[in-house]
Amino acid sequence: MASAPSKLYSDDVSLVVVLLDTNPFFWSSSSLSFSQFLTHVLAFLNAILTLNQLNQVVVIATGYNSCDYVYDSSSTGNQSVGNGRMPSLCATLLQNLEEFMNKDEQLGKQEPEGRIACSLLSGSLSMALCYIQRVFRSGLLHPQPRILCLQGSPDGPEQYVAIMNAIFSAQRSMVPIDSCYLGAQNSAFLQQASYITGGVHHKPQQLDGLFQYLLTIFGTDLHSRNFLQLPKPVGVDFRASCFCHKNTIDMGYICSVCLSIYCKHLKKCSTCGSVFGQAQTQSDEPSATNRKRKTTDA
Amino acid sequence: MFMPDNRNSGAKLVVEFKSIQGHKYTKEGSNKPPLINLANAQGGSYIFEFDSYSDLHVCRDFVSKVLEKSKETPNAALEKSAVKLPDEQLSEEEMQLRIKLLQENSELQKLHRQFVGGNILTEAEFWAARKKLLDRDPSKKSKQRVGFKSAMISDIRPATDGRIFAEKPAVHRAFLNFVPNKMTEMEFWTKYCRAEYLSRTKNYHAVVAEAAEDEELAVFLKEDDILANEVRKKIRRVDPTLDMEADEGDDYTHLPDHGIFRDGTKESNELQSEHYRRTLLQDLNRHAAVVLEGRTIDVEREDSTRALAEALARSKRGNEGADNNANEERLDRTPRVAEIEDLQAPHCLPLAPLSIKDAREYFDSQQANTLKASRDSQASMKCSLSRQEAYGSVRDAISEIKDMGLSDPIVNPEVALKVYSGLTHNISSIKYHLGKNPRETVLDRLPSATKEKLLYVNRLKDALSNIYPQLEEMKESLPADLRHQVSLLVRPMQQALDAAIQHYDADLQKRSAKSGEKPNGYV
Repeated sequence: MASAPSKLYSDDVSLVVVLLDTNPFFWSSSSLSFSQFLTHVLAFLNAILTLNQLNQVVVIATGYNSCDYVYDSSSTGNQSVGNGRMPSLCATLLQNLEEFMNKDEQLGKQEPEGRIACSLLSGSLSMALCYIQRVFRSGLLHPQPRILCLQGSPDGPEQYVAIMNAIFSAQRSMVPIDSCYLGAQNSAFLQQASYITGGVHHKPQQLDGLFQYLLTIFGTDLHSRNFLQLPKPVGVDFRASCFCHKNTIDMGYICSVCLSIYCKHLKKCSTCGSVFGQAQTQSDEPSATNRKRKTTDA
Repeated sequence: MFMPDNRNSGAKLVVEFKSIQGHKYTKEGSNKPPLINLANAQGGSYIFEFDSYSDLHVCRDFVSKVLEKSKETPNAALEKSAVKLPDEQLSEEEMQLRIKLLQENSELQKLHRQFVGGNILTEAEFWAARKKLLDRDPSKKSKQRVGFKSAMISDIRPATDGRIFAEKPAVHRAFLNFVPNKMTEMEFWTKYCRAEYLSRTKNYHAVVAEAAEDEELAVFLKEDDILANEVRKKIRRVDPTLDMEADEGDDYTHLPDHGIFRDGTKESNELQSEHYRRTLLQDLNRHAAVVLEGRTIDVEREDSTRALAEALARSKRGNEGADNNANEERLDRTPRVAEIEDLQAPHCLPLAPLSIKDAREYFDSQQANTLKASRDSQASMKCSLSRQEAYGSVRDAISEIKDMGLSDPIVNPEVALKVYSGLTHNISSIKYHLGKNPRETVLDRLPSATKEKLLYVNRLKDALSNIYPQLEEMKESLPADLRHQVSLLVRPMQQALDAAIQHYDADLQKRSAKSGEKPNGYV
C-alpha cells in the first residue's frame, strides 16, 4: 500500500491554498458579481484537482471580521449536500461559505462609516502558512504547497506589519504566494508578496475571463514553472507605509532600534520607546532615506 | 673623634679614627677589668678602661662600626665630615645610619655628593627628602634566617642547629622524654649513634635482636610514628576542592616502596619487625621537607641541646595551633566552594524587567489613526450599502449558485480567446527584456549593463582563444633548433589560457545551475 502512492507521486503534485476574499462591501460594489466570481473559482478548483490525483486544495475565506477554513479536499468528511447538480466539492464549499458569512456578520457590530473596507488578509495568510507548516511536518512525501490569493479589497494599511511578517515567513519556508488582484487600484501588498516569495502576480484586464486567467497562470504547478513562461509585472511597488499614519511613503525616517518607519521626525519611537537625538538640520531632509521604489525593466 | 668621659683628667683625647687600625677588648667572662685597646697606626695603642662591662659593650660596638667604615674609600671620610655639620643637632645613631645608607647605596652617595657637596641642597634638606630611608631602623631589618644546610646528615654528630630534631621528630620526642630523666645527653646520643650504625649495616635480624633487648634503642630504630601522623594529617588537610585523590595509598612514608616489593614476593614478617624497616626514600623525603621549610630555631649558641629541643617543641606546638585553625578554615570553605549547582536554590539576580509594550495597544492606536486619516482620504470604493445589505447580497449570490449550479459555459469562448492571446502577447513581449526566472539576479536587473559586460567577456574570450593558434603558428614557423626553447616559453602561456577558459566555463555552468529549480517546501 505504501508503494502505490509513491509511484503516483510525481513532481507536480501540489497543494493549493486559496484565499478567497469575501468582503461583502467590496463585492457589492464590484463589476464582477460574487456569484460569477464563485463560478469561476469553483471550476478552477475542480480543474486543479483533476490535474493530478494527489493534488489537494484548501480554501480559506478572508472575511471582513474573521477568517476561516471553508474547504479542505483532503478531509474525508465531505458530505454531498442535496441535489446532484454539482459536484460535492462545490456543494460543500458553498455550504460552508454560507455558514461563514453568517458568522462573520454576527461578529461585526459597527458600520464601516464610509471607510475603505478591507478584508483581513493578514489573518488568512497566517492561517494558510500554519496549514502548510503542518503539511511539511507530515512526512517526506507531501505535495508542494503554494498560496493563491484572490483579493479584491484594497490594502488595509493597519495590516502592513502583519502582512510583511507573513510574507517573510513564507519566503523563509519557500512557499510562493501567487496573487490575483481583482480590485480597481493596485495592491502594493500583493505585489510585494509575490515578488518576495517568488510567486506570480497578475491583475486581470478582463474580469469575465477570470477562469481563463486562473487556469493559464495560476494553475501551473511549481515544477512546471521552471520551463513555463508566466507573465511578470512591469514593476513592483515597494513603497512602505509609515507606522504613524499608514500612508505609503517614498522617503521617511527609520528607528535605528526597531526599524519602524515614520513619515516625519519624532522625538521618541512609538514602537520600542527609544529616544532619538536631535535632528541635524531643521529642514525637510530626512535623516534616513527610505527610497524603495524600483523598476525592473531596462 | 672620640672623647672619653674621664672626669678625672681635664684633657680630652682626640683621636682620629682614621689612624686606628684595630681594637681589642676584654671579655666579659674573664676577671680582667673592662678595657678597650685601640691600636694605633703608628704602632702605639690606647687603652681605655671602663666602669662597667655594659659601657664596654656600647663602646665596643661603636668602635667596631666606625672602624668598618674607616676601612672604606676616602669618600667615606668626606661623607663623614660632610655629615657632621655644626648647624644640626644629630644624634650619633642617626649620623651612623646616614653614613651607612650612603655607603650601601652608591647612587645615593652620588646624589649626596652632587647636591650637598655642590652646595645645592643642605644636608637637612637632602635627608628630609629621604626620610623614609632614615626611619627604618637598620637593626630591625629582617634578617634572612639562614636555613639548614642541604647536605644530609651523613655524619652522626649532633649538630648544634637541631637538625636532627627537625628531621626526626620521634628522636626529638625521645630526647625530651629520656633526657635528663632516664639518661644523660651523652648516653642518649650514644644510643642514637648505635641505632644509626645498626640500621646502616642492613643487618636486619641484628636490628631486631638488639631492639628486643634495649628498649630505648628500639625507639630509634622504630618507624617514626610522629612523622607518619604528620603525613596523615597533611593528607587530610589537602583541600578537597583541589580534586586530587589523596587517599591512604599516598601515605608513602608508612609503607616502604609504596607497599610493592620489588622482587614480587610478599614477605610475611612478624608485625613487630615491620616497624624497623626504614628506607632511604623515606629519609630523603623527610630531609627534603625539612630543608625546604628551613626554619631554624633562634637560640643562643651557647645553650645546650636540651634547650634546643624544648624550643623546637614549643615552636611545633605553636604551629600546630595555627594549623588547626587553618584546617577549620579550610573545612568551612569547602562546602562553599564545592557547591552543587543543581541543588542550589535559583539565584535571584537583580534583573531589569523587560518592558515590552503591549502590542495590542500599538495596533489599536494605529487603527484609530487610520480611521481618522482615512476619513478624508481619496475617494475610492466607498460602500454605499449598509452592512446588512452587503451581507445579504453576498448570501443571495451564494444561494443563487446553489440553486442554479455553475453556469455553462463558465467562460465565454471569445472572452477566453481574447484573454489567452493577450497573455501570450504579454509574455512574449517581456521575454527578451527580463530573464526567464522570476527570481532574477541583480546582474540581470540591469540588462544593458549586463549585456555590455557579457559582450566584453565574450570579446575577451575570443581574443584569448585567438592567441592560442597564434602561439601555435609562431612555434611552427621557427626553425627546429629554436623551436624547443620557444615552446618552453610558450607552454606556460598556453597553460594559463587553458586554465582561464576552463574557469570561465565552469563558472558559467555553476551560475546556470544555481538558477535552476529550487526545491519547494524545503525548510
